[in-house]
Amino acid sequence: MNTVITPQISAHMLSHLRLKVAGEQAFILYFAEQTSAQVAAQIQAATQALVELVGHSLIDLVPSYASLLIIFDDNQLEFYQARQLVLDRIRQAALQTEEAESQAGNQIILPVYYDAESGPDLDDLARAKALTTDEIIRLHHEQEYRVYAIGFAPGFAYLGELDERLAAPRLSTPRKAVPKGAVAIADRQTAVYPSVSPGGWNLIGRCPVPMFDVAKTPSMPMTTGDRIKFEPISKAEFIAMGGEL
Amino acid sequence: MSTFKVLNPGVMSLLQDAGRYGQHNIGLTVGGPMDPFAFNWANRLCQNSDNSTVIETTIGGLQLEAMQATQIAITGALTQVSVNNQDRPMWQTLNIKAGDKIKLGFASQGARIYLAVAGGFDVEAQFGSTATVVREGIGGLTGALSSGKGLAKEDVLASHKAAAISPLVMPKLAIPNYDAECVLHTVLGYQEASFSRVDKASFFSSEYTVSERADRMGYRMLGPEVRSSTTAMLSEGICHGAIQVPADGQPIVLLNDRQTIGGYPKLGSVMARDTAKLAQLTQGKKLRFEPITIEDAHGMNQIQKYKESQITLLKVV
Repeated sequence: MNTVITPQISAHMLSHLRLKVAGEQAFILYFAEQTSAQVAAQIQAATQALVELVGHSLIDLVPSYASLLIIFDDNQLEFYQARQLVLDRIRQAALQTEEAESQAGNQIILPVYYDAESGPDLDDLARAKALTTDEIIRLHHEQEYRVYAIGFAPGFAYLGELDERLAAPRLSTPRKAVPKGAVAIADRQTAVYPSVSPGGWNLIGRCPVPMFDVAKTPSMPMTTGDRIKFEPISKAEFIAMGGEL
Repeated sequence: MSTFKVLNPGVMSLLQDAGRYGQHNIGLTVGGPMDPFAFNWANRLCQNSDNSTVIETTIGGLQLEAMQATQIAITGALTQVSVNNQDRPMWQTLNIKAGDKIKLGFASQGARIYLAVAGGFDVEAQFGSTATVVREGIGGLTGALSSGKGLAKEDVLASHKAAAISPLVMPKLAIPNYDAECVLHTVLGYQEASFSRVDKASFFSSEYTVSERADRMGYRMLGPEVRSSTTAMLSEGICHGAIQVPADGQPIVLLNDRQTIGGYPKLGSVMARDTAKLAQLTQGKKLRFEPITIEDAHGMNQIQKYKESQITLLKVV
């Protein structure tokens, strides 16, 4: 079993923290320019240090690859007070950094039907990257991904990091409706769309496993920190598993 | 207790409380009223608590039949309201008898109409809120078929018990004019530095038009293009009112049903008080953006809060 890096923040890391205003009651902390397991662990630790304030002086938190968005209650705090409160909490957490190691997240296998039929951008992507579609599929499913963030829509898990040979920009105009189960890539991220939604990522296949079920506890098959592996399946298997095209 | 039967849901009618908060960690958005001002006063005219569930109707056409005596209040977009085919005023507590037919026309000014009932609609909360988010299939009437959906013909709505109050009316001067010039005060932030000074100057001095892609998730604008020098970025958290700019250069103001994370560059965010005004605009309406510092935004909020606290509902005579 792999060991992941314990959620922890170091004093060294705090010197790299950049803060940007996001809105009248939100600001965003950037922990690094690029994501990595270390950065993810720092963001997780910072989130843990702040989560008890949610529902009180903070309204919500959105951790992501290399950033943490903090939405504060402007009925209770001015921006400067909110900034002070949050940075103090994170500094405290940095002082209390523990050595304990935590176990790696669960490994989850997600079947994917890769084809031009299920992934309308597969051919274009192959042309743009000067690869064959088979090479794209192989590069996509060969490696293991980590769940870096959950958001955008219920059950939407941001997985990273994609092989840089597959990194592709988002569509210049987002699609109005990306189908449920669509397996997509954008920059060095990949994801499975849990439900029909607008979206600008490149679609390369379709996964038949539901990503979000309100009636189930937990409502999602994965959580931040889990390890995801994609497994290619045939069209027949996709249909047999409940997939719809 | 069952209070109303839906005869016609109109263009789109959604049950909404103040919104779903603290659930971004599993990717749930906020939902809730697109125009919190009209939402709040609908509840206040029924003397309901702040988070009571109301119906938000977009454009109009809602028709309800009362199953028992109650009181309601209708606020928001200027719309003809009738009870048993007799015109009744908006922004006022209305007494309703069993069998009364309540009919909303179509908005002639504004886009979102709020109908509150005394006690608030009785709806089971999901993830801490009754707010309906159609994109997520969450909120509103719960049950296999109706969860996360708009109201449908034949739906039966229950409300919490409430003592009858003496009817109240909003002072005329406090009722918003939804045709007034729309200025969206914007706190610069996020990837602001990746937009050139020229593009920012153009953005803040140009008129934009609401496009046909304007819904509870966000309003896409048509107008002079703005460009960010950022082409690839890591997806990050999106706050209410964030102005996202895809590569086609047409800004999108993200609203109540927005995705919680996204990877297009953002110029900053429109103040919540102004997104309430934006939400009352329909396709083709014009608006402009004006920059504001976060300090001034807070100052403006304090003044507006004070002004709103000075509004006193009057007794209907």
